[in-house]
Amino acid sequence: MIQALFAILAAQLAGETLSRSLSLPVPGPVLAMIIMVVALRFIPRFADLIRPVARGVLGHLSLLFVPAGVGVVGHLSALGGKGPAIFLALAVSTAAAITVGALVFAAVARATGNLDD
Amino acid sequence: MTDFAEIWVYLSREPLLWLTATLGAYAIGDACFRAAGSAPIVNPVLIAVALLAALLWLTGTSYQSYFEGAQFVHFLLGPATVCLAFPLYENLPRVRRALLPIAAALIAGSVTAVGTAVGIGYAFGVQGEALASLAAKSTTAPVAIGIAEKIGGSPTLTAVLVIMTGIMGAVMATPLLNLLGIKDWRARGFAVGVAAHGIGTARAMQVHPTAGAFAGLGMGMNAVLTAILAPYVLSFFL
Repeated sequence: MIQALFAILAAQLAGETLSRSLSLPVPGPVLAMIIMVVALRFIPRFADLIRPVARGVLGHLSLLFVPAGVGVVGHLSALGGKGPAIFLALAVSTAAAITVGALVFAAVARATGNLDD
Repeated sequence: MTDFAEIWVYLSREPLLWLTATLGAYAIGDACFRAAGSAPIVNPVLIAVALLAALLWLTGTSYQSYFEGAQFVHFLLGPATVCLAFPLYENLPRVRRALLPIAAALIAGSVTAVGTAVGIGYAFGVQGEALASLAAKSTTAPVAIGIAEKIGGSPTLTAVLVIMTGIMGAVMATPLLNLLGIKDWRARGFAVGVAAHGIGTARAMQVHPTAGAFAGLGMGMNAVLTAILAPYVLSFFL
C-alpha cells in the first residue's frame, strides 16, 4: 500500500517536473501516466503492487471532480449574457465529438479488419 | 454545554466538516444513481455538486473555506490520472492492435470538438475571450486552462466550460452511443475520453473496464492534440 502510493506520487512528481522544466503542452499527471505504463510494461511484478490502489482510486473517479464542480457553480455568472449560446455550443459540440469519434473508430476498425475480441 | 454557534465557528475553520460533507454528498449522489438503476441522467457528480452548492449558500460559506476541506479530494485527481496507467497497461495488446482506429478517431473527434464548439459559439455571437475559452473545453482542466491562457481565453470561464462539458458528456454518452448502435467498447470509451475528458472517463469506468481504459487513453491523447490544434481553429474565427 505505502509502496504503491509512493510509486504513484513519485511518478506524478517526475511528470510534473518534466512537464514544467521542458514547458511541454502535456500536463504532469498525463506524462506521469505514460511513465507509469512504461514502468508497468517493463516490470510486470510492479502491476501486482499498483493494482489494489489503482482499482480503489479509479472505482470512485467521479468523486474527485466534485470540489471543482462546486467551484463552477459560483462562477456560472462568468458565462455572462452569452449563457444560452455557450450552453448550446457545449451540448452540440460534445454530442458531435462523441458521435464522430465513435463512428470513425468503429468504421476504421471494420475497414482494417480490427475487431475487438 | 457549548453553544451551537461556538461549535460552528470551530467546525467551519477546520477541513473536517467540508471534507465529510463532500464525501457525504457524493455518497447520496451515488445512492441516487444506483436507486435509478444506473440511469446516466442521474449523474452522481451533478447531484453532489447541487447538494453542496445549496449547503454552502444556506450556511453562507465561501468557496475558499469549503475548499480547505475539499482540497484533499481535489488533490487526488493527479494521482488518479497516474492510476489510469493501470487499465491502459492491462489493455496494451488491444491498444497496439487498434492503433489505426485510435489515430483516426483521435483526429476526427478532436477536430470536431474544437471546430463545432468555436463554430457554433461564433454563429450565436460569442466573441473574443469567451470564444477562445470554448476552444479547449473537451480537454482535461489543467491543459484547457493552459491552452486558454495562450490563445486569449479566461482561465475561470475555461474551468467552468470544461466541467460543464464533462458532465454533459457523462450524461449523454450512453443513450447517444446506444442510439448510434455502436457496440465496440473501445470505440465507445475512446470517443467519450476525447470529447469529455476525466468526467467522461469516470463514467466510462462505471460502464465497462475496456471503455474506461480507452477513455483514459483518449483523454490523454486529446490533451496533446488540442494544445496544437486549438490556436489554428480559433484563428479562422478571429
